Amino acid sequence: MVDVTSLSRGLAARITGHALTFVARFITAARADWKGIEPVARQRIYYANHVSNADMPMIWSVLPAHLRRQTRPVAAADYWLKTPLRAFAGRDVFRAVLIHRNPEDRAEDEDPLETILEAIDAGDSLIIFPEGGRNMSDAPLLPFKSGIYNIGHARPDVDLVPTWIANLNEIMPKGEIIPLPLICTVTFGAPLHVASGEAKDDFLDRAADALVALAPEEARAEAPQEAPQ
Amino acid sequence: MTETRLDILTLFAGVVLLMIALTLFGEYMRQRAPTSAPRPVVETYLTRVNSWWGMVTLLAFAALAGQFWITLLFAFASFAALREFLTYASKRQADHLSLALAFFAFLPLQYLFVALGWIQMFTVFIPVYAFLLLPIVSALRGDPDKFLARVAGTQWGLMICVFCLSHVPALLTLPMPTGSDRAILMIVFLVMVVQLGDLIEYFAGRQLGEHKLAPSLSPKTAEGVVVAAIGVFVIGALLAWITPFSALGAAIMALMAWGAGWMGNLVFAAIKRDRGVKDWSHLIPGQGGFLEQLDSVIFAAPLFFHVSLLVLE
Repeated sequence: MVDVTSLSRGLAARITGHALTFVARFITAARADWKGIEPVARQRIYYANHVSNADMPMIWSVLPAHLRRQTRPVAAADYWLKTPLRAFAGRDVFRAVLIHRNPEDRAEDEDPLETILEAIDAGDSLIIFPEGGRNMSDAPLLPFKSGIYNIGHARPDVDLVPTWIANLNEIMPKGEIIPLPLICTVTFGAPLHVASGEAKDDFLDRAADALVALAPEEARAEAPQEAPQ
Repeated sequence: MTETRLDILTLFAGVVLLMIALTLFGEYMRQRAPTSAPRPVVETYLTRVNSWWGMVTLLAFAALAGQFWITLLFAFASFAALREFLTYASKRQADHLSLALAFFAFLPLQYLFVALGWIQMFTVFIPVYAFLLLPIVSALRGDPDKFLARVAGTQWGLMICVFCLSHVPALLTLPMPTGSDRAILMIVFLVMVVQLGDLIEYFAGRQLGEHKLAPSLSPKTAEGVVVAAIGVFVIGALLAWITPFSALGAAIMALMAWGAGWMGNLVFAAIKRDRGVKDWSHLIPGQGGFLEQLDSVIFAAPLFFHVSLLVLE
């Protein structure tokens, strides 16, 4: 028996995905800059700076189609399950690994790290935002949460790829409705691994430095009074 | 219409022959290079030639399809150019609405006025209305930080990428003594002399160039400019039959348009140097961005339009 509902849902998800990729490429001329690695089919965890809700779709759409199919974003369940439309986008289009940020929402035996590791063990690549939330400050990055270390520690063989998204906060600043069609570049750096015996804070610093190093110079300044030019 | 179309096809055939020669030249250079050592100059050159093929084909189809399509083509070119320009301009969140207006209101309206042939409007719309309105919109949002630099950058972007470039399809509104449908050939003339001039300058500069004219900005040399100026003068005279001008008139117009475009190229090199970018974007393989490709046409078009208007009226 063919399940018509799930079939049509899958088709709708694929069409939505293509439409989204097209819009992202047309509006922002989004471009991938593979600085430290090649776009080849290898299991990876892309970790990126987070300034806007468009970050995840942007990384997702600059990936070549064959990599996109095996890459799943790790996203907040409370955000992505709020409305049926978001649930469709989160579950079916992006195939997100949904985790509950608030421990009270979790089922008794639910551990976000386990959920993520399961996805890794299934062979998927992941997109994560180690700052844990959107960066509204003037600093280039918020302090990383320990999640990225825990993942890297549990699966030390998987590449942790720093991924810098430039310009998105100008394309769609918080509170604006119309996105500006400026050029957005997603830069992928050289992969990192948690060294055996490396302390958590040392690794978090190293990962954050590797990510900021990919930013254009203006964004790297401590307090960018001048908006990135 | 048939005669104009025939002329466009003839020119297209000529350009295609030239492109074939350029492609064969590149392939020959690639064959001659030892396979062990990659030759980046040859590879870059061939990527460029491939992009030219695309542009020549697109422009030829638009010219054959008629006025609406060529206007639409340049509207999209403006959009892409403005996007590249404003990506590197100073801006703050207070400018968001005025930048959105630039993209989604002033750009389409300017091309609408061009398509309608409303000359009193499209020659002042951006210099007057956008110039006055956009700073007001930014000022209403507060944030005086670097206000002049931000407003000036936005206005410059609109003037360069939209106003100036829209003067290419605006050539369609010229009063042509030889029949109104011949106006499309003025676009072909302008684009051909400017692009061929740049091509000659590039090759002559590489082969003979010694004296750099603006060493801190660009590798352009006095030798390249002189050879290209002579070349453009001759090409202009040879192409006089598609224009309403005499052979000498067409040669002078060609020289003037190419000269303006050449200096436009220098101005854009200065902007890029100021912003610390090498290429405006990577949208056209081997060429950088749309602005790299359009910078000379941007400076040539308004001048060519107004002098033609003065002469023809």
